[in-house]
Amino acid sequence: MAGCTRRCKQGLIKFALTLHKLLTGTLSKDNADDDFEMTVVCHRPEGLDKLEAQTNFNKRELQVLYRGFKNECPSGAVNEDTFKQIYSQFFPHGDASTYAHYLFNAFDTGHTGSIKFEDFVTALSILLRGSVTEKLQWTFNLYDINRDGYINKEEMMDIVRAIYDMMGKFTYPVLKTDAPKQHVDAFFQKMDKNRDGVVTLDEFILSCQEDENIMRSLQLFENVI
Amino acid sequence: MAAGVAAWLPFARAAAIGWMPVANLPMPVAPTEKNKKQDELIVLNVSGRRFQTWKNTLDRYPDTLLGSSEKEFFYNEETKEYFFDRDPDVFRSVLNFYRTGKLHYPRYECILSYDEELAFFGIVPEIIGDCCYEEYKDRKRENAERLMDDQEDNKDSKLPNMTFRETMWRAFENPQTSTMALVFYYVTGFFIAVSVMTNVVETVPCGSVPNQKEVPCGERYTVAFFCMDTACVMIFTVEYLMRLYAAPNRYRFMRSVMSIIDVVAILPYYIGLVMTDNEDVSGAFVTLRVFRVFRIFKFSRHSQGLRILGYTLKSCASELGFLLFSLTMAIIIFATVMFYAEKGSSSSKFTSIPASFWYTIVTMTTLGYGDMVPKTIAGKIFGSICSLSGVLVIALPVPVIVSNFSRIYHQNQRADKRRAQKKARLARIRLTKTESSSAFLHSKRNGLFNESSTKEEQHLGKSSSLLESQHHHLLHCLEKTTVRDLKIVIHVLAIVVQAPSLFFFFAVVVLQINTIRLCSSPFILTRVCNKLSHLDIRMTQG
Repeated sequence: MAGCTRRCKQGLIKFALTLHKLLTGTLSKDNADDDFEMTVVCHRPEGLDKLEAQTNFNKRELQVLYRGFKNECPSGAVNEDTFKQIYSQFFPHGDASTYAHYLFNAFDTGHTGSIKFEDFVTALSILLRGSVTEKLQWTFNLYDINRDGYINKEEMMDIVRAIYDMMGKFTYPVLKTDAPKQHVDAFFQKMDKNRDGVVTLDEFILSCQEDENIMRSLQLFENVI
Repeated sequence: MAAGVAAWLPFARAAAIGWMPVANLPMPVAPTEKNKKQDELIVLNVSGRRFQTWKNTLDRYPDTLLGSSEKEFFYNEETKEYFFDRDPDVFRSVLNFYRTGKLHYPRYECILSYDEELAFFGIVPEIIGDCCYEEYKDRKRENAERLMDDQEDNKDSKLPNMTFRETMWRAFENPQTSTMALVFYYVTGFFIAVSVMTNVVETVPCGSVPNQKEVPCGERYTVAFFCMDTACVMIFTVEYLMRLYAAPNRYRFMRSVMSIIDVVAILPYYIGLVMTDNEDVSGAFVTLRVFRVFRIFKFSRHSQGLRILGYTLKSCASELGFLLFSLTMAIIIFATVMFYAEKGSSSSKFTSIPASFWYTIVTMTTLGYGDMVPKTIAGKIFGSICSLSGVLVIALPVPVIVSNFSRIYHQNQRADKRRAQKKARLARIRLTKTESSSAFLHSKRNGLFNESSTKEEQHLGKSSSLLESQHHHLLHCLEKTTVRDLKIVIHVLAIVVQAPSLFFFFAVVVLQINTIRLCSSPFILTRVCNKLSHLDIRMTQG
């Protein structure tokens, strides 16, 4: 009964407000416009010299990177949707959004919800100019979705399924439903040294350093810029 | 892939490191960049305005002029820039396309010039962004309609072999084509007016026969009116049959609105002839006479405004339907309310809801005859609300209809104006053509008589531009090749139609010229020819 009177009172107040608006002529909802102004935030990166000191890029490379970054995101920060959109454009055949989500989390080291230019350039510096250990560490971070220091089978399944999603449906040979599972099993076979069901950072680095293919492929993207 | 995203390719490739540990197979070799040089600035000089951009920006779209090696054709070695002799304003949009990946269409640009620039730079117009695409398509459609209009006018020109039937149909559809058609047009118009006037005057009371009430003129001068009616119907019947004969597609003609109006206009007369003077059918006969007023619709063939009005009403059918529907709804609501409000008062005229409809309609359209008025206070309140809302309900769809009418009317005006302007334009183009060919003949004569002329004459001859002299040389070569000589043909017919006096003037001048040729020097001859108006006279060559 009390709830009923409260609801009636609320309804009456709302009706009175609407009547007031009708009489004074402001029926439109213009409070929504005020909120819109706030969301556009501009972020500027630190100075060029500082970034040059922090990363392994030289000034010219930073300039090129920033120009591309700013062109796509004039406000200076990428949120997850834009990030997914940009990344999906490179993989039109399939659905790159899941993998982009993991990538976003890996780039966004501060967990702020948006990638600023410093995060972007720091990650790129590791990936392109870092040492092997740093690269492997970064990759481990990517796979470790919940950041607990261990990669377990479920996390690996998610990652591998995301990678297969990027391929899309029309592949040759046709994708079987348990192909990701087989892939993950092979991975764990290789990586999990002590067979405890999880892969730690040291196990990961050790196993990768033993594998010739992986070592070679890590050097693949050195000359990207 | 959008252009701006191309800048993120290094990032995408770097992020591929995440796949490496998972991969089972070895990776392919990465493509090496041969002679990787720094990104350089390119200067694009478009009609004096310099644009600068990175070379990479232009390379984003390799299938356009600026993105491919085609721009090397425009490279200027001395100034180390690419020079384009094109419109710099439109080039702005083109360059922005490379920068942002989106092509915008500026509203102030002419659609044709924009299309030309896009075609020059090798950009397909279909990639115009969504923001500007509608505007672009609208302008393109308008342009195409205008072209179609012009083409339709061209069809009116007389074809060489038209059968009698086709000529008749053209004469009916377009009275300007021949004098006979014009005469026919005015005669039918006159008779339509006469017929309508007769119908009206028939009912006017025309003096009274003693010890009888006033009789209308129709009953007093029955024979005269009957003869008039017969004459008009004869003319209309003949006209209808002729149109039916001349129509290229008779079935379609019979279904058209104008022919139905024609039939309805003349049918009552024939039905009246057939029917005898029975008492029971005379009522129906009188009703049939009402249909004679449809003859006034035949005027729509003569009046463009009437046709436009009809077309507007047809195109605004949905607005009219909405108006009708909303009015009906409002009428029913208010009639009900008024009926129940006035139920209490005695001797009220609001006897039923349908009876209240009349009051509601009269009030909502603000007529206010005053034959029904509410007497109770509630009735008066609702009556005032009714009249206020009536104004609103009617005022809402009316501007839409008005704007439609105005748009169609102006379009028609523009079409007529364009047709008139086109005639003037074509005349001017013909004039310049004869000018250029007469200039050629002038120069030929100057060249022929070069030996006997003085130095000044030679200078006068040389004052014509290099272009002109090269053009004349070309025509001369053509003459020598074909062993023929070029002559000018003047459009005598045009002159005759437009100004008969001019024709006589020129005929006299021709005679004078010929006599001059026989006796005086060529110098005077050229001077006289130059003094004449632009049209040259046909000269017989030996």
